[in-house]
Amino acid sequence: MAIINYRTPLELESGSTASVSRPMGLFTRPSQPKGWKNWVFSVDHKKIGIMYGVGSLFFFVVGGFEALLIRAQLARPGQKLLSAELYNQVFTMHGVTMVFLVVMPMGAAFANYLMPLQIGARDVAFPRLNALSFWLWLFGSIFFNTSWLLGGGADGGWFAYAPNTGVLFSPGHGIDFYALGLLITGVASSVSAVNLIVTVINLRAPGMTWFKLPVFTWMMMVTQFLLLFAIPVITVALFLLMFDRLFGSAFFNASLGGDPMLWQHLFWIFGHPEVYIMVLPAFGIVSEIIPVYSRKPIFGYRFMIFSGIAIGFMGWGVWAHHMFASGIGPMSVTAFSLSTMFIAVPTGVKILNWLATMWGGRLKFDTAMLFAIGLVSMFTIGGLSGVSHAFAPADTQQTDTYYIVAHLHYVLFGGALLGFFGGFYFWWPKVFGHVLSEKIGKWHFWMTLIGFNLTFGPMHILGLQGMSRRIFTYSAGQGFDLWNLVATFGAFMIAVGLLIFFANMVVSHRAHKKHPVDIGPDPWDARSMEWMVPCPTPEHNFDEIPTVTEMDEFWHRKYGHDETGRLAPIATSREVAQEGDAENVHLPSPSYWPIVLASGTPFVGYGVIFNLWWAVLGGVLIVAGVFGWVMEPSTEPGGDHGDHGNDGHVDDPAGEAAESPQAELEEVNS
Amino acid sequence: MTDLAEAPTVAPADGHGHDEHEAHPTFTGVSNEKLGMWMFLGSECLLFGGLISTYLLYKNRPGAIEVRDALGTARTGSNVRVSEAFDIPFTSVSSFILLASSLTMVFAVTSATRKETERVRLWLGTTAFLGAIFVGGQVYEFTEFYEKGFGFTTNVSTSAFYTLTGFHGVHVTVGVLMLLFTLGLTFRARIPKAQSIEIVGLYWHFVDVVWILIFTVIYLIK
Repeated sequence: MAIINYRTPLELESGSTASVSRPMGLFTRPSQPKGWKNWVFSVDHKKIGIMYGVGSLFFFVVGGFEALLIRAQLARPGQKLLSAELYNQVFTMHGVTMVFLVVMPMGAAFANYLMPLQIGARDVAFPRLNALSFWLWLFGSIFFNTSWLLGGGADGGWFAYAPNTGVLFSPGHGIDFYALGLLITGVASSVSAVNLIVTVINLRAPGMTWFKLPVFTWMMMVTQFLLLFAIPVITVALFLLMFDRLFGSAFFNASLGGDPMLWQHLFWIFGHPEVYIMVLPAFGIVSEIIPVYSRKPIFGYRFMIFSGIAIGFMGWGVWAHHMFASGIGPMSVTAFSLSTMFIAVPTGVKILNWLATMWGGRLKFDTAMLFAIGLVSMFTIGGLSGVSHAFAPADTQQTDTYYIVAHLHYVLFGGALLGFFGGFYFWWPKVFGHVLSEKIGKWHFWMTLIGFNLTFGPMHILGLQGMSRRIFTYSAGQGFDLWNLVATFGAFMIAVGLLIFFANMVVSHRAHKKHPVDIGPDPWDARSMEWMVPCPTPEHNFDEIPTVTEMDEFWHRKYGHDETGRLAPIATSREVAQEGDAENVHLPSPSYWPIVLASGTPFVGYGVIFNLWWAVLGGVLIVAGVFGWVMEPSTEPGGDHGDHGNDGHVDDPAGEAAESPQAELEEVNS
Repeated sequence: MTDLAEAPTVAPADGHGHDEHEAHPTFTGVSNEKLGMWMFLGSECLLFGGLISTYLLYKNRPGAIEVRDALGTARTGSNVRVSEAFDIPFTSVSSFILLASSLTMVFAVTSATRKETERVRLWLGTTAFLGAIFVGGQVYEFTEFYEKGFGFTTNVSTSAFYTLTGFHGVHVTVGVLMLLFTLGLTFRARIPKAQSIEIVGLYWHFVDVVWILIFTVIYLIK
C-alpha cells in the first residue's frame, strides 16, 4: 500500500522552517545502519523482541547454572561444594535471575514480536521507548549480575525479607545491587507496560474490536496492566530498602521503630500480581497453540478473556497468603484464605477451556503442542498444590519447606517456561523463516518434562517430610537423601534438555541453509493475523493493513462453509497471505539515544553504592540521552527506511512525535 | 475509528498527514501521547499510594533515637513526632500557590488551543514560577525542620515524612523542568502542539492533586 510521497525532505518536515530538518549536526538519526548497529540502534519491535529473547535465554543459562550449583550442593548430605554464605547468594541470585531476568523478559520477547503483528500494526506506539525498555532491562540485569565480581551477590532470598536484608545481617553490597538493579529493570517494565497498552488500545487494525483480539494479545494486555500497577509498589519498597541500607533510615529495622512487616506487605502486593505477570503470557501462548493443533477454534473465547481479566483483578486481593506464618491475625488469614481459594476458579476455567478445545479435535502432537499440553498438565499440578496453601493451617506447616519450592516451580517452570518453549517452536518459522527440527524437538520436550518432574516432584515429599528451603546442607539419616539425589539427577536432565534445544537451533538453521525449504507464510495452518505475512516477517510487517471482520481473521479468509454447512477450504494460505514485497513503507528511524540513556543507569547505581563520582558520569549519560532524544529529528533527513528504496520521503511515524520531552522526563525520573 | 474509516487501508503508523502535527488517527481517537500519559499517571497513583501508606504507618511511631528540641535540649525520641515542627500557615500558603499554578496551567492550555503564542509563554512561565516557589518553600521548610533537630534519620516518622514529601518535591521539580523546556520550545521554529502542552498540563494537575492528598494526610489529620 505504502504512501508514496515525492517531495523533498525540506519541504516535508512538518510544515515548518528548513532548520528543523537538521536541527544540529550532532542530532541526526543513524543512517541505514548495518551489522551490529542495525540491532543496537534499532527501534523495530521485531528486532527488540529477538534481543529480549536472546537476552532472556542467556540469563536462563546463568540462572540454570546457579540452579545446578544448588542441586549439586544438595545431592548428598553434608556436601561441602558451597559454603553457607555462598549458598545464600546462589539461591537468591537464582531466584531473582529466573523471575526478573528470564521469565519476565521472555514474556516481553513474545509480546514485542507478536502483539503488533496480531493486531495488524506496523510497530508499537512508541518505538524509541520500546528500545529504551530493552536497554534499561539489559543494563539493569548486567548491573545486578556484576555484584558477583564486586563483593558477592544478594543473599536475602528473592523476596528479601527484613531483617535479613539489613546492613547488620547482610553487610556486603549484594542487597544494594538487588535494590538498584530491580529499580532499573522496574523502570524498563513500566515504560514497556505504558507502551504496549497504548499500542493495543490505539494501533489495532480497522475492525479489530476487543472481542476479535487474539487470546495471546488479550493475556499480554492483562499482564501489562498488572505491571503498570505492580511495579510502582515494589519501587516504593526498593527505595525504602535502599534508604535503610545506604542513608541510615530504619523503615524495616524493628529495633529503631521500623516494621519488617511493611516490607512483606509491599513486596507481596507487588509479588502476587507478579506471579500472574509471569504466567499469563504463557497462558496466552498455549491459547494460540492448542486451537491450531486441535484444528478447532478456542473453546469459550469470551470465558477465556474474562477469566484472564478476573485473574488480573483478583490477583490484587490474595497477597497475604504469602504471609500466613507472619502473624497477620485471624481475620486477615480468613479473608486471604477465601480469596485465594476463589482465584483458583478463573484459572480452572482456563484449564477446562483448553481441555474442551482439544476435546474432539484432530490433535496433532507436534513439539509446540506437546509443550502446550505439558503446560496444561503441569500447571494443574502446581495449581492444586497452590490451593493447598490457601488452607492456612496446612500452609503454616508448609511455609518455608521444599513443598513451597515444588509448588512455585510447578507453576513457573511447568507454567511459564513450558509455555514459552512451546511458543518458540510455534513461532520460530515466523521469526527466522525455518522450522525447528521436530525430531530433536521431541527429545527436548521429553528430556525437559521428565527432568522437570524428577527435580520438582520429589520436593513435595521432601517438604512434607519437613526439609526446610534455603538450608545449605542437611545431615544423613533424616530421610532426605534419596529424593535429593533424584532431584539433582532431574536438574541435570533439564540442563541436557536445554542443550538439546540450543543444538536444535543450530542444526535446524544449518539444515535450512543447506537445503532451504519454502515453508510459505503459514506452516501450521494457523488462525491469527501474524501468519498473514511471509516467514520471516518483512521489516514493514504488513504490505497493507488488513481490515478485520472476524475473530481468527486469517482462518476465516482460508475457510468457509459449503452448501451443506460443512467447513470447506476456500483459499490457500499463500493466496490469502501478503507477499511482503511492498516498497516505500515508512517505518520509524533508528535512534542512538535509547541505548545512551539506558547506559547511564548502571553508573548511577555504582555511584550510589561506591562513589558518587560514578553517578555523575551516569547522570551525564542520562541527560545526554534525554537531550539527544528530544532534539533529534523525528527521522533521518532525506533517508529511506530499511530496505525499501530511497524515496526521499521524510515521515513522522506514530509515536515518534509522541516521545516529546515530557514523556521522557518522567519516565526517567520515575 | 472515524479517522480510520476515511482511510481504511492505511495503518495508523503511517496514515497521517505530513504537513501538520495534528493528532495521529488512532483506533480510539485519543492520541498515543495522551493515552500514554494517562497510563503513566495511573501507575504513579500506586507509587504515591505506597508512600502515603508508609507515612500513615509510621507517623505516630517515632523511634527511640535521641533528638534535640528547638532549645537544643536533648530528649529521647519516644514522644517526638515530626508533626511538632509543622508550620501550618506557611505550608498552607505554599500549597495555595501550587494550586494556583493549576489555574495558570489551564490558561496556558487554553491559549495554546487558540494559538496565542505570547499568552502561552506568559502562562507557562507563570506556572513554572509558581511551581518553583512551591519547591523553594519546601527547601526552606526542610531546612527549618533540620535545624530544629528533625533529620532524615532521626526516627521512622521523620524518614517517612521526608521520603513522601521529597518524592513529591522531585515530581514538582520535574514538572517545572518540563514547563521550562516547553516554554523554550515556543521560541524555536517548531512551536509545540497544543496537545503537548495539554499533556504537560495533565502531569502538572496530577502533581497538584496528589499534593492536596499529601497535605491533608500529613498536615491536617492529627
